[in-house]
Amino acid sequence: MSRPKPEPVQQIKQRRDGALKALVSGVPYIQFLGIQFERRGDELSALLPFDEKLIGNPFLPALHGGVTAAFLEVTAIIELSWTLLWEDMESGRIDATALDPLHLPRLPKTIDFTVDYLRSGLPRDAYARARVNRSGRRYASVHVEAWQDNRSRLFAQGTGHFLMPDPGSND
Amino acid sequence: MTKDSDPKAAAKRKMAREFIGIIPHAHALGVTLTDIGEGSATLTMPYDLRLVGDPRTGVIHGGAVSALLDTCCGAAVMSHPEAPAGTATIDLRIEYMRAAKPGQTITATAECYHITRNVAFVRASARDEEDGIPVAAASGSFTVERPTKGGEA
Repeated sequence: MSRPKPEPVQQIKQRRDGALKALVSGVPYIQFLGIQFERRGDELSALLPFDEKLIGNPFLPALHGGVTAAFLEVTAIIELSWTLLWEDMESGRIDATALDPLHLPRLPKTIDFTVDYLRSGLPRDAYARARVNRSGRRYASVHVEAWQDNRSRLFAQGTGHFLMPDPGSND
Repeated sequence: MTKDSDPKAAAKRKMAREFIGIIPHAHALGVTLTDIGEGSATLTMPYDLRLVGDPRTGVIHGGAVSALLDTCCGAAVMSHPEAPAGTATIDLRIEYMRAAKPGQTITATAECYHITRNVAFVRASARDEEDGIPVAAASGSFTVERPTKGGEA
């Protein structure tokens, strides 16, 4: 028995990058904050390039606490949506090439989100990565960490709980 | 604390009001301060297509509501008569009860219900123009920054 021939790498990349783009590019608020996502295999990293309009305290200056909260929340919800999408996409259950911002599977909804502010956000780029700690039929728990210069010196972390989309509805 | 708490409180309120006006991110969100008391604040954020989280429904992203609530909590702390020269968020928890109605202004109110030398405790909620349960509720703890010696605050 021989293994099936592996898919061409360009085809895989095109499918995965296309699905990620559909997930991110259609959300005006993600564009408003300027958040970008980088992908390595199934791993996502979020990037928040610094911008003047993200400042909360002009005297320090420091990133707005609400920006930090939003950055963490966006990262958590995209990570969770991405892990849901990934299985369907890789198994061929959904056609990833047909996805666009207006034709996505239903996404999880935030139930609650808690942000732990560890140090003030400096006026420079910030990064974040999220981990889905539990993903059940109805609820999910996602933890997210954000840092600036040093990966080990977090400036904020957060945990969110999410209501999973109803598997019955796919509009 | 001091007998002249009235003019002091008035000065605090003025400072909080001015402070909101010069926060670049509050400006970017279109947030305005509509009321401020002694340890309480009300802020509004008009509906804006740039803040939408779900392009199919036009519902505002939870992150924008969080940013509004965080700003509102900070303003409530700053307006407290015993309060501080400045404040920063230590911890903030947001509960999302329902989606905000597309097209409607969101109004947040916050109350700093307890303050110590070092920590301020705050509750807040966000409503759209519908009656009934709020869109979101928040609770948080904030730092109390003291003016440096000889400083003006």
